[in-house]
Amino acid sequence: MDKKPSSWISHIEAFVDSSRPPKQQAANVDAIAALVKNDLLTLEALVRDMELYLTTSDHSIRARGILLLAEILNCLMSKPLDGASISSLVEFFTSKLADWQVLRGALIGCLALLRRKKNVGMVKSSEARAVAESYLMNVQVQSLAVHDRKLCFEVLQCLLEVYPEAVEMLGDDLVYGICEAIDEEKDPRCLMLTFHLVEILARVFPDSSGSVASFAGDLFDILSRYFPIYFTHPRSDDLDITREELSMALMHAFCSTPFFEPFAIPLLLEKLSSSLPLAKLDSLKYLNNCIQHYGTDRMIKHAKAIWSNLKDVILNHSPHKTLFSTSELAGNMESEENQIAKEALICLQTAILHLDSLEKNPILSFIVEDEDIEMKFGLVSNEGTGTGISIESRRQLSAVGNILSVSSKASMSGCTRVFQKFFPRLMNILEISASSSSNGCNTNNGTSSLNFGALYLCIQLLASFRELILTSQDFSPQVITVQDGWWCMLQHFSGPLAHALGSALMGARSSELVNNNTGHEHAIYEVKGLQVLATFPGCYLPTSEDVYEYILVIFMSIATERFEDAFLWKLSVKALIEIGSFIEKYHDSYRGISFNRIVVERIVSLFQQDDSTMPLALKLDAISEIGTIGVDYMSRVIKLLEEAILSKFLAVCVEGRLEAAEILVPLLECYSNRVLLWCYTSGNFDEVAMQFALCIWNQMESITIFDKDAKIQDLFDRMMTTMKLLVGGCAEENQSLIVRKAYSVLLSTSFLSEESLPFSSSKLEGLQVTPDFVNLSWRDEWIVSLFASVVIALLPQTPLPDVKLLLNVLTTFLLKGHLPAAQALASMVNKWHVNIDKSEVPNAYTLDEAIEMILERSLLSVQSSSNLGKSDLLNKDERMLSCLCLLNNNSSFQSNAVVGLAWIGKGLLMRGHEKVKEIAMLLLQYLLSNPYKELHSDASGSGDSLDVHTSLATSAADAFHVILSDSEVCLNKNFHAMIRPLYKQRFFSSMMPVLLSSIKQSCSSSMRVALYRAFAHVISDAPLAAVVAEAKKILPSLMDSLAMLSEDVLNKDLIYSLLLVLSGILMDDNGKEAIIENINTVISDLIRLIFYPHMMLVRETAIQCLVAMSALPHARIYPMRPQVLRAVSKALDDRKRVVRQEAVRCRQAWVSMA
Amino acid sequence: MTLGLINANPVVHAKKERVARAEDSHADNAVDPLDVFDSVRDIRDPEHPYSLEQLSVLSEESITVDEKLGCIQITFTPTVQYCSMATVIGLCLRVKLMQCFPPHCKVDINVTPGSHADEESGEDRTCPTSETILVDSLGAYRASSTG
Repeated sequence: MDKKPSSWISHIEAFVDSSRPPKQQAANVDAIAALVKNDLLTLEALVRDMELYLTTSDHSIRARGILLLAEILNCLMSKPLDGASISSLVEFFTSKLADWQVLRGALIGCLALLRRKKNVGMVKSSEARAVAESYLMNVQVQSLAVHDRKLCFEVLQCLLEVYPEAVEMLGDDLVYGICEAIDEEKDPRCLMLTFHLVEILARVFPDSSGSVASFAGDLFDILSRYFPIYFTHPRSDDLDITREELSMALMHAFCSTPFFEPFAIPLLLEKLSSSLPLAKLDSLKYLNNCIQHYGTDRMIKHAKAIWSNLKDVILNHSPHKTLFSTSELAGNMESEENQIAKEALICLQTAILHLDSLEKNPILSFIVEDEDIEMKFGLVSNEGTGTGISIESRRQLSAVGNILSVSSKASMSGCTRVFQKFFPRLMNILEISASSSSNGCNTNNGTSSLNFGALYLCIQLLASFRELILTSQDFSPQVITVQDGWWCMLQHFSGPLAHALGSALMGARSSELVNNNTGHEHAIYEVKGLQVLATFPGCYLPTSEDVYEYILVIFMSIATERFEDAFLWKLSVKALIEIGSFIEKYHDSYRGISFNRIVVERIVSLFQQDDSTMPLALKLDAISEIGTIGVDYMSRVIKLLEEAILSKFLAVCVEGRLEAAEILVPLLECYSNRVLLWCYTSGNFDEVAMQFALCIWNQMESITIFDKDAKIQDLFDRMMTTMKLLVGGCAEENQSLIVRKAYSVLLSTSFLSEESLPFSSSKLEGLQVTPDFVNLSWRDEWIVSLFASVVIALLPQTPLPDVKLLLNVLTTFLLKGHLPAAQALASMVNKWHVNIDKSEVPNAYTLDEAIEMILERSLLSVQSSSNLGKSDLLNKDERMLSCLCLLNNNSSFQSNAVVGLAWIGKGLLMRGHEKVKEIAMLLLQYLLSNPYKELHSDASGSGDSLDVHTSLATSAADAFHVILSDSEVCLNKNFHAMIRPLYKQRFFSSMMPVLLSSIKQSCSSSMRVALYRAFAHVISDAPLAAVVAEAKKILPSLMDSLAMLSEDVLNKDLIYSLLLVLSGILMDDNGKEAIIENINTVISDLIRLIFYPHMMLVRETAIQCLVAMSALPHARIYPMRPQVLRAVSKALDDRKRVVRQEAVRCRQAWVSMA
Repeated sequence: MTLGLINANPVVHAKKERVARAEDSHADNAVDPLDVFDSVRDIRDPEHPYSLEQLSVLSEESITVDEKLGCIQITFTPTVQYCSMATVIGLCLRVKLMQCFPPHCKVDINVTPGSHADEESGEDRTCPTSETILVDSLGAYRASSTG
């Protein structure tokens, strides 16, 4: 109370003044609440000082005063208060409920007090009852505004949830009051609350003699008016309530008490036959829930009605397409129609499960005895074999199939009844006779296919039966022996059935399968049937051992002989994998043995033979699929593949048989894409990868000869990718093993071996090797490349042996134009350890030293080759000078050096190292040097010096692309690069001013082209958001570069990416302003690009940009209209359809603008 | 003007599925009948809320294109013989094609021989009221195609 009282009094005055803006009033509330919270002001004092406001006879001031007190209490929810003050406050607010002018404040106050938790002092139960009584007596909810109604419902909800025993005593009064309050409610926000109110109300009065039971009819009458929820509010609305949420809330209210049953079930069943799909869907969902909540006793009498209604829905709404079940159709299956069918089946399943009393399941009996089902069954199961199954009968077929499978899936007894009734008849139609001998099948119609309808139903039944056995927890054989009758039947039939399916599958001619869908359908179900028969769990297997083997043999013979029919082949391989995974999952060692013998061994031997009948791709498919069954299988596959790869590798690289490369490439592909991926997910990657990488390096030692050949190049790229993947996935210690091995092989290269002078380690110090001094064999280049790919994929913490030598070697290769070496160097500098302890490793470089060394080598070696030798170039200016000197000679190392610099720059940029600026400046120097000046001063300059310069400038410009673009090959997440966030933005914002000012100053056109090229790379590779933010500054140059670069065909991709940047700017509000400022140039440039001859995408995008521009302010674009229309109507004649269509759109947009 | 509709109960046909063309990135795409059809199939009939395609006034087969001469020929079939809207339909087609194809294309629009009582008069005849209908129909098309 030391505080001057006036300070908070002013807050009260400000709040009570209703003319102030709401934000300020909220601030006042917060200010006072903060005072109370920090004990600078007691609640008592506050109330005492506010007395006048709380009791005045001026309604508006009283209302504001009470509201203020209530809002303050709302802010003090977590502040402990003593019981006395809570009591007096509750009493106050309770009495104020009668004062309708201040009702809002009273409601908020009550709510704030009722919501208090026990640990901070809560309202007593008797007080809560007083609140409820006063509320019921005084508040007329229906006549209030939305916001107040919502508060009322919240008060009720709070009372019911927190003080159930207090309000329960009010009994009928309460229920009646709530009925009155929620009647005719329309606002969705309030409806969510009222639905919830009914739900908790039912919980408060669970007794059959309770108030809810006596008011059930009235309550349900109020609720039922909302069903089905019809709600068409736009989604963007701030209400933030969807139809689904409302519907869910109403559903919970419906199911809240079984007393609703006599009213709800007839309503739901009636709405089930509504023609509105939404009403159907909702009724099904509600019904499903009600069956579960109302209890069997109440529901059993509705069983017949439920069944007949569900039957109608299922029969009329079953999708006809599911029969295909091929993948391309599965995508768009979620139509309303299908949802209805799905919900109906779920509901049927619930009904079967729940409506089960006294060992007698009424629904099941209805299903089995139903005449409709009987009739449809007779109809569809005889549906012919040919192509002519109408859509309607497909629908019926899937409906009957679904009903049968749901009812047999539900319980063992259901399964028994359905099975006994239908299975023998299906067998009859399929002309399969029961017999105990496995050979007793009828194969009299070997070529004719099976009756599709019966086949489909039969497979559905079997599949659901199998599922039932799998899901039922007890795998004890007693279950079976009880129902011996039908089990015997299944056992008798399964053998012949398998044979019939098998022979049908083998009999189908492949042309038939290729040509029509019915063939495919047949095959799908025949394969599925066999697969189901082979995957019954353990002791439940209905087939004998030889039938099981017969099934495997059938699949295998398709897999090995019928590979020209891709569809069937895939199906059966998939089925085999399923069977294998099943065995693996249930540890069925007995069947596993025969699976191994028949399937795995066969595929393995197939793979090992070099017969050319089966394509290699399929063999690889099959074998890698087999591997996915389990770890044991995969390790076998890995061994096989590795052996094959190494032997082919030997053949290619040692014996020089180049044709083997064609086999080796897909082998490597399969290995890295599938096997390694699997190992990665299953967790044994490290071991496998390390072993294999070491194996490859062992082989590398022995390779001898190489010719340059396209095939070999292809193979080698593959090898490098594989090596990167292998190394990249390994842990640190395995990586260092591989590196050491690789390093030892590297030392054996001819240029590093003892007799070769320049690199021998004793002379390495201070030695500067000119790149063309070393003549490399192909072998050496291979080894260096492979070594580079190891380095690229290393983790930052993995140690490298002899860094100095490596830097030297890689730099040399870089200068020879060896890209992997440049990338490896970039990876090295990117992952370089910053804090190396010099005392521990005296020979180690720091990162700065390493970069210095690389830069010097790159520049110096070039220099020495041009006989301008300088011994040391330690300061920056001199280096710049030497860089300029480079321009004078036409050594091919220059552009190599530029590419190398670009990669190293990228590595540095990504880790956020300062040196990248130096490199960028060097590159800029290349761009800016003027060849003409040099030509004049140097009389001996030959004619092609100019060409060399332009090509050098171009590669310097392209270097910016390298620096900013993402690379698949190195310096990415997979290869453990250090990536600082926002590095592109940083580079963009530091380079842009420099580039822009250089462009402004540049005088010669060739120099400007190069600068624009660099500029174009930078803005198209930088993140769009960064570019758009700078739109005003860069737009003029962007347009200039579009104009400049469009002269050369080679720049077409660059033009396209520039256009994409432009369209990004067009989509942004700030960007639009920039565009409007330059509207003339933008439009005329775009018009020129409409006729860009080299690339369709450029023309299309240019027109799209024009379309977007038609939405700019009318006054600014209207003058361009004739110009645009003229150009676009010419584009109507474009060679490409897409462009023409865009042109029509564009013309439409600009014509209708006036 | 006539009171009531000329053809109160037209036969409505299903829309044909739109094929996404497999674009060959290298070859040129010449204008073909499907192009023309695609641009006019959604024109709304002056009388009914159906498109010309749905009323089978037009089909892909009734369109011929001569790329060399730059000539597009459309033959349409009014739904009834005494269709006074034939002129309007013709005008709709002409305006739509003018919008969608380059100015040098010659567009010929005819009714199918024997399908209309007043075949000679052709589509060049206009009356003031039909222009407003025309604007309506095209406007509706535009709204549906852009929105």
